Amino acid sequence: MNNLNNLTIKQSYEYLNKKKCSSVELTSSCLEQIEKLNPEINAFITVSELALDEARKADELRSNNQELPLLGIPIALKDIYMTKGLRTTAASNVLRDYIPQYDATVVRKLKEAGAVILGKTNLDAWAHGSSGENSDFGPTKNPWDREYYVPGGSSSGSAAAVAANLCAAATGTDAGGSIRLPASFTDTVGLKPTYGLVSRYGIIAMASSLDSIGHFTKTVEDSALFLNITAGNDPFDATTTNKELPDYTKDLHKGIRGLKIGIPKEYLAMGIDKKIKENFDNALRQIEELGAEIIEISLPHTKYAVACYYIIQPSEVSSNLARYDGIRFGNDRSYFGDEAVRRIILGTFTLSAGYYEAYYKKAMQVRTLIKRDFEQVFNPPAGGVDAIIAPVSPTPPWKLGEKLDNPLRMYLSDIFTTTANLAGIPGLSVPSGFINGLPAGFQILGPQFSEKLLFQIGHAFEQTQERKILDI
Amino acid sequence: MKIDVKRVAKLANLELDDEELPKFEKQLEEILSYFDKLKEVNIKDVEITSQVTGLENVIREDKAAPSLSQEEALSQTKSQHNGLFKVPGILENE
Repeated sequence: MNNLNNLTIKQSYEYLNKKKCSSVELTSSCLEQIEKLNPEINAFITVSELALDEARKADELRSNNQELPLLGIPIALKDIYMTKGLRTTAASNVLRDYIPQYDATVVRKLKEAGAVILGKTNLDAWAHGSSGENSDFGPTKNPWDREYYVPGGSSSGSAAAVAANLCAAATGTDAGGSIRLPASFTDTVGLKPTYGLVSRYGIIAMASSLDSIGHFTKTVEDSALFLNITAGNDPFDATTTNKELPDYTKDLHKGIRGLKIGIPKEYLAMGIDKKIKENFDNALRQIEELGAEIIEISLPHTKYAVACYYIIQPSEVSSNLARYDGIRFGNDRSYFGDEAVRRIILGTFTLSAGYYEAYYKKAMQVRTLIKRDFEQVFNPPAGGVDAIIAPVSPTPPWKLGEKLDNPLRMYLSDIFTTTANLAGIPGLSVPSGFINGLPAGFQILGPQFSEKLLFQIGHAFEQTQERKILDI
Repeated sequence: MKIDVKRVAKLANLELDDEELPKFEKQLEEILSYFDKLKEVNIKDVEITSQVTGLENVIREDKAAPSLSQEEALSQTKSQHNGLFKVPGILENE
């Protein structure tokens, strides 16, 4: 096979185990695709010079019968994950030359699972943005229309890299939609796990009470495989769970007959693009045909989510970015871009004396109400639903530059995604076809720690669709 | 809602050029007026949510463990002296 870079994680694993290819061949195939497409797509900020060495080492280990779930499989990391010895910028000029002294916990786990690290992917600087355009290293382009369209953000480079087959999978972070939105814009599968399921240690903090550590893959099954590696308690992140965790790949093929799936009526009443609605209705019909029961539900505080989110998030941003003073590492505060400046000022204001009660405290109370909305809907004794499905974005991908001068309009793109972060619940974005040549997707939301069920639903739906491989 | 961008920027240790101020002022005031939406929510007796999965008092044994060497800790700074970080003075000396 010529295009080894098109393989999923599962396929790569089979190819390597049956000796149909080596990790060096697989990794080279990705590196060639990066060399060919990155000048245009701008998905990578840094390509690792060690990737081929790591691949060689993986091949050696495999020939010694070493078995590891990702042994020799090439992946990419959002450039907000600290990587020892490999430049980590957060796509900001503040950290343009920063070389971390240690690995993030997730990076350590991926390396221990045998993954080959191809490099670090582009993002909206500090993960502030919904389009990928706020990067100090230039915007990422949507691989499905490289001339005109955004790939979605903030994990723009990881989404584009997986969509354009520059890697088998890539990591992301999602504090308000930063994985699910770009996944839906690029025809990839994006997982935002439950808050605290995956360690945040060594991942440059944006909004600490909202940040969720997830990933992009080509299939739902790959997403489950990946979570098996990254999930779990970490003594370095006190907010990680102590729960015993399941094998996330276990019930993938169980089907969804008899499951109760809720459709939030508020989401569909909130000004949604006609084509997105049509696409969503088609997905809904498929899910019904698979035997699930569709039930209309109500999440009455949804309309306050964006206001609530854009108070809490900048408040936490202003505190997290206070450490960047250019003394111990990085450049000084004059290197912050416009969006970081806006959020720092907004957050400093909403936390300042006289405004704290009216903004921050109030938003944290509204957050409780949004969380309660979900708890009620998922409550089994009250006839609750097993999961919810909803569109990810109210519109298809927009054009480069379209929302750049209007931050509030940009923020409103997160209208369907911020609720999951405020409630701490997981969300899986699954591709649902194309609208005028550009991808669309929907999200499956469930109670906290219900990832296994989300994969089960996502996988069942995925089997009704044909995987479209971007041939460029 | 009015926001004094210059004053808040100073609190956040950011230096902005005067010609940038009107742009930020306009954008931030637009965002702040969007927040007015929250005024209609009844939050009487509602607790705040700061830890969303309900964890409380996560503690561990206070035990020393390996950490960065002095050399590693200093490897990324542009400002050091005698193996220490050199920081700007905070007390004025007249």
